Amino acid sequence: MRVPLWKIAHARSGDKADRADIGLFAWDAPTYEVLKREVTPERVKRHFKAMCEGPVELWPLDNLWALKIVLNRALQGGAARSLRMDNLGKAVAAQLLRMEIEAPADLPRLNT
Amino acid sequence: MKSVRIGAGLGFYGDSWRAVRASIERGGVRYIASDHLSELTLAILQKDRQKDGSAGYARDGLPMLVDLWPLAAKHGVKFILNAGGLNPSGAREAIARAFRDKGWKARIATVTGDAVLPRFDELVAAGESLAHMDSGAALASVRSRMLFANAYLGAQPIVRALEQGADIVLTGRVADAALSLAPIVHELGWQWDDWDKLALGLTVGHLLECSGQGSGGNFGSAEEWAAIPDYAHLGYPIAEVSAAGSALFTKAPDTGGRVCFDTLRQQLLYEVHNPHAYASPDVVLDMGTLKLEDQGNDRVKVTGASGAARPARLKVVGGYHDGWMGTGMIGFSWPQAYAKCEKAAETLKTLVAERGWPVEDMNVEYVGYDSLLGANADPTHRDQLNECFLRMTIRTQDRKVADAYGRLFPWLGLSGPPYVGSMKGVQGAKELLGIWPTLVKRELIEAKVDVALEYV
Repeated sequence: MRVPLWKIAHARSGDKADRADIGLFAWDAPTYEVLKREVTPERVKRHFKAMCEGPVELWPLDNLWALKIVLNRALQGGAARSLRMDNLGKAVAAQLLRMEIEAPADLPRLNT
Repeated sequence: MKSVRIGAGLGFYGDSWRAVRASIERGGVRYIASDHLSELTLAILQKDRQKDGSAGYARDGLPMLVDLWPLAAKHGVKFILNAGGLNPSGAREAIARAFRDKGWKARIATVTGDAVLPRFDELVAAGESLAHMDSGAALASVRSRMLFANAYLGAQPIVRALEQGADIVLTGRVADAALSLAPIVHELGWQWDDWDKLALGLTVGHLLECSGQGSGGNFGSAEEWAAIPDYAHLGYPIAEVSAAGSALFTKAPDTGGRVCFDTLRQQLLYEVHNPHAYASPDVVLDMGTLKLEDQGNDRVKVTGASGAARPARLKVVGGYHDGWMGTGMIGFSWPQAYAKCEKAAETLKTLVAERGWPVEDMNVEYVGYDSLLGANADPTHRDQLNECFLRMTIRTQDRKVADAYGRLFPWLGLSGPPYVGSMKGVQGAKELLGIWPTLVKRELIEAKVDVALEYV
């Protein structure tokens, strides 16, 4: 079934020069396996096509049930030259949580 | 087993130190590591210094110390803070003056040598290109517009200051985590090539450097943020680091916030880029082997850090003038709040075009609809919003244009669509800064690093 990430994960984002830098965290181990399979750099790049002009980098961290995701060239050159309200990319994590992925219906967070 | 307790100080220039008082009073900390400098705070300080040569340091360091010093002295707590900004000596003089006025005694050290803009010719002559480390662009494209350039120093000069007996160490630009790593190395006697231990110390510094974000603040989640207790009295994180190389994270008793697996791992991955090679001047950390053990009751034990040798080159971040931003904002109420914002945007675009202004870029956002979520905003209720604000910004090289742009907006109040709000005056031009990260051989930087101690 299609599931938005906010139902099964949590996330925080910030900036590093012209990069938006996101941590995406599964609440439990089964969900982490789904995130690792479904949340690919290509999929994330499509979700952020309006703001991310560079490649998307992604590192899975099994010890933290987490994905580290970096959007290159996504902040209009950096926070101090950006024209955006969210010049620091703090709400980019919220944007990511709106992304939908294919997930099994028996994930713990979908049954609480 | 020997251990040391470090408490988080501020997490940015302008942060609150209320929670630091709780950490000193009842958190058992020996050191406060206070981070006043975000990536481009130095640009603000550079403007201060241009107006007044004795300024150029973070102004919140002094009132924080004046407020907390009597308590800190009673508990034997030392401060390490990068509030020196571009002028650590000036910061020390201001603090020394305030302490003398009050009859307080302290040994105040400064660490200098991070400011490298005045040394650019010398660094280029020594073979450094100072090219942009991501894009590879040549320095020549921005050299004349560069406002500051500072190297990220490591923990070693701070340790030298502590060895000399400093109670307060004021630095300029250092790696944020070095503010914590230094007292850990100093107290626990770790070696500068014990990479795994240094990596644990770097982990601690990284988890403390954003104050409340390490203890439940900004907990990015759909609903769980609402379960964080007592934001008003949120405690800042505290780490008790043992000589064997583990750290227990907690916060002062009877404070708000939460230290748990979830809040701590959010901060662990915050702004780190590649988590397997998180570089600092002292060690390179691989977060892939870290173990976070949630013991309940706001206690998380962190072990298993893996370190690799410190890099041969230090990161330098410069900031250069990159034009001016003009800003305008106007709000409309229901009915058709969004449609009226769109009409206002279209009208303003016409006015800008007719004036022939040299506008390089324009950003149109609808506050209350898409200014934070961008293209991922949900359009379902767009046409039924109770209210909506148009925020439209431009980038131009002409400061006068950026100023004049903001003055276009008030006219809409009487001559545009109906039911406006937020007519609260005009915003002037704001200087925009480009960021210039580059790498320099560490020997070239370290040769000029100086530690000075003053008895007050």
